[in-house]
Amino acid sequence: MGTNVYGFPLLSLIAYLPLIGAIILLFMKKEEEKKIMQTAFAVSIVTLAVSLLLIPGFDSTTSEMQFTEQHTWIPSLGVSYAFGIDGISLLLIVMTTIISSIAIVSSYTAINMRIKEYYVSILFLETGMLGVFMSMDFFLFYIFWEVMLVPMYFMIGIWGGGRRLYSAIKFFLYTLFGSLFMLLGILAVYFLNADPQYGSGQYTFSVLELQKMNLPLHPLQFWLFLAFFLGFAIKVPMFPFHTWLPDAHTDAPTAGSVLLAGVLLKMGTYGFVRFCLPMFPEASVYFMPYMAGLSLVGIVYGALVALAQKDIKRLVAYSSVSHLGFVMLGIFALNTHGITGGILQMVNHGVSTGALFLIVGMIYERRHTRLIADFGGLSSKMPIYSAVFAVTMFSSMGLPGLNGFVGEFLILVGAFEANKIYAGIAVIGIILGAAYMLWLFQRMMFGPLDKPENQKILDMNRREIAYMAPLIVFMFWIGLFPRPFIRVMEPAVEKIVQRLKGAGAMAKQESEEKSVEVISKNDKTVIAARIDPEKGMID
Amino acid sequence: MTPIMPDIQLIAIFPESILAIFACALFVMDPFIARDKKEQLGYFSLAGLCVSGVSTLFLWGKSISTFSGMIALDNYALFFKTLFLMISALIILMSIRYIKIERINLGEYYGLILFATIGMMFMPSATDLLSFYLSLELMSMSLYVLAAFMRKDPKSIEGGIKYFLTGVFSSGLILYGVAFLFGATGTTNLGEIAAFLQENGVTSSLSLIMAFVLLITGFGFKISAVPFHMWAPDVYEGSPTPVTAFLSAGSKAAAFSVMLRVFINAFALSSGNWWPVLWVIAVLTMTLGNLVALVQTNMKRLLAYSSIAHAGYLMIGLITASQIGYAAILIYLVGYVFMTLGAFTLIILLCSANMKGDQISDFKGLARTNPMLGLVFIIFALSLIGIPPSAGFVGKLYLFNSAIQGGFYWLAIIGILNSVVSLYYYFRVVQVMYMDEPNAGTVLSFSPTLKVALGITAFLTLFLGLYPEPIIKAAIDSVQIFL
Repeated sequence: MGTNVYGFPLLSLIAYLPLIGAIILLFMKKEEEKKIMQTAFAVSIVTLAVSLLLIPGFDSTTSEMQFTEQHTWIPSLGVSYAFGIDGISLLLIVMTTIISSIAIVSSYTAINMRIKEYYVSILFLETGMLGVFMSMDFFLFYIFWEVMLVPMYFMIGIWGGGRRLYSAIKFFLYTLFGSLFMLLGILAVYFLNADPQYGSGQYTFSVLELQKMNLPLHPLQFWLFLAFFLGFAIKVPMFPFHTWLPDAHTDAPTAGSVLLAGVLLKMGTYGFVRFCLPMFPEASVYFMPYMAGLSLVGIVYGALVALAQKDIKRLVAYSSVSHLGFVMLGIFALNTHGITGGILQMVNHGVSTGALFLIVGMIYERRHTRLIADFGGLSSKMPIYSAVFAVTMFSSMGLPGLNGFVGEFLILVGAFEANKIYAGIAVIGIILGAAYMLWLFQRMMFGPLDKPENQKILDMNRREIAYMAPLIVFMFWIGLFPRPFIRVMEPAVEKIVQRLKGAGAMAKQESEEKSVEVISKNDKTVIAARIDPEKGMID
Repeated sequence: MTPIMPDIQLIAIFPESILAIFACALFVMDPFIARDKKEQLGYFSLAGLCVSGVSTLFLWGKSISTFSGMIALDNYALFFKTLFLMISALIILMSIRYIKIERINLGEYYGLILFATIGMMFMPSATDLLSFYLSLELMSMSLYVLAAFMRKDPKSIEGGIKYFLTGVFSSGLILYGVAFLFGATGTTNLGEIAAFLQENGVTSSLSLIMAFVLLITGFGFKISAVPFHMWAPDVYEGSPTPVTAFLSAGSKAAAFSVMLRVFINAFALSSGNWWPVLWVIAVLTMTLGNLVALVQTNMKRLLAYSSIAHAGYLMIGLITASQIGYAAILIYLVGYVFMTLGAFTLIILLCSANMKGDQISDFKGLARTNPMLGLVFIIFALSLIGIPPSAGFVGKLYLFNSAIQGGFYWLAIIGILNSVVSLYYYFRVVQVMYMDEPNAGTVLSFSPTLKVALGITAFLTLFLGLYPEPIIKAAIDSVQIFL
């Protein structure tokens, strides 16, 4: 089933290091604030360092799962404790450990109450996020997926601003709603796999096993895809399910927004790539126009709403809706370019939007306002800040030479190959993206420095420069030399595309067959029986 | 003609006998123990529960049918007996300090709990409608007294009377249903009823339908299923808190334990066509329970409605009428018992001489003054909602599993929508605990026994979520008898 070059449960170590750190923090006195912060940071840095060990041991020529761990856990249910990563997960894991460390440093001055609980939450959250990207067993995956909601709920609810209680519970309710539908989907897949007609005839939650199933498009793949879709689309969030995001982002503390944008949203897109495409390839092909449509609506709608925002953080939040639309468009172009671009854009969005939220956080810490109208002409007072802001903004817009360009370019190529109209509409999104970002920058940084409160504003301090620096480095690195990032996920992406290609041919055949059937029988009940899963499965 | 001596194997009722001896001894000792030392009787009854528990464990794997087929001892019965003994022990741990604060530290309290436990332990063993009815009444009678135990508190009196009247009424309905069942099949033995139905293929004779209606109504009262739930909130609010916990965990689990046996045998649940009725009741129960819980301000009432909702989830297993569905009921009950008892323990902790501690607002800022309690409550809340890693999640997973396997997709979907709703009211308490300013003057009545109860419930709720294998195995073993 895979290989583990180190012969050591490295993934478990990475996943549980933050948890151990959180438990250590629980036993520290809450008055020792400095010590708590330092411990939390040290733990996150150690986790980051250990996660970097994955890179030299990683074999980027194979699509096999690597660093695998497999232990029987609940044999009566067919649950095993299975960890494993491929290139896609590797990128996201390293991104998670980096962004988590940055989130922790960025909170030193921003969070000044209930410090201990705060860092416990962040570290606990990190374990949850890492576990999601490593799990190769649906049961385990679901545990991490759900358990992560609790620390995020607390981060928004306790340390947030504005309508924090409302946003926190809204976030929790929305995500739980989606995840429970996904859970039903998982259970259905679990039973179908036990049916030798479709799967291996065994009761197992193993992701790799379940990916091998061959389900008919109607009604099984159709409904299962929708069940998983609800779980992941709410998390992404895709267009009609996005309403929790602006609230959660706006009211969360800076580090919360960074983690939310940087990592949590990626779980939805990761879910599509890891589970939906390989498990339901025919349904993915079938739903492609709808998915692409929703993504395009998300791109344009997110950008238009961002244009109208008065609050910087809300603007960035809506820009996330737009950017995640790009990621989804890439993934559902269902070809190598699109998927590669989508995954790369997941990382890019984590870096750029994470950076944007940090930038918003800095200015909020100084001025305790986030209204664009309260600023103007800051560039003369804050030269470093405005330079960093500019680079980040360009990266978010997709300026060539920076990371956003590479991702968006690949996505556009993929979308163009799939359907020229998709690419055409997506370009509108890019133009609008440039518009809202440039306009934001102009209103904040240029013009007269006419607000007296802004006269004494301080530029970035050393700590702030230090945690922004790695993000800036990644923006240039991915922008100028994206090859290593792409190479590492190539085999994994290729595997998915192969699976989809097989499905594409099959779906065509099936739809032809179906039309023949419709014509020849012209019997509504036959079609109804095929589409209605209740009737199809009860007996 | 020589009289036929029934074949009696006393070993089958050994755990109950031990407990009965302890209970009687307790009543004898009671007058000799001073009022302020009554907790000794509590420890004495704990000892009785332990001895009984050990003997139960030794009986695991045995299969005995005795007292002319009235009582059976099998894994199914033993599974529940162990559960009831644990519930009872936890209730006593919770009570020792509480009944002192509420000035009801009388020896009878412990004695009645033991007698109720004996009744519960006989219920899953009952393989005859008459032995089932007797054990049900033994449990109920003890609980009626316990519910009204705070005899100077009008709410407790009100609750006790309400519980007594509805309880007796529902027992009457059950008895009437038993009579119809006897009329239809000519026997009260569950095994013989099942055999008769199979032989004659009658699943819809009029008297059988009457029996079903009456029994489902009677049981509906006992498990507080909608529309027979009206008594629950008032009784839960009025009763002494440990008794409330006992009602919601113990008597509900006991009712389910006997419901499975009766319904599977007497109504051939898996082949009969009874499920639409149960389906409607289950959906109403979980939906109404969750929706009304949203607007509660009293913690005990909130848990009452949540326990109504949980009865609805549990009925999913009955509806699917499959091996996995029955096992799901057992697994869910175990999780339900620990998380519910844990939540009640927290309420008891807040009860002190000058505060009842059962309002949600009494929980304000509790997690800030006492972080451990906050953490523990989160575990219970997650489990009650069904979020992993918790015993409640594993239970729900099994229930939804059975629904999906049986093709009851709508039931599963309604179930998950209800879980989402329940998130809101459980986390409102979490929110009050974590995000509100602490109340000045909140005194927590910690006692060693209460800490033990809290520790055990929290640990098991979490542990059974992370490693449910033993419980799943035991549950699957137990429901083998329904094959």
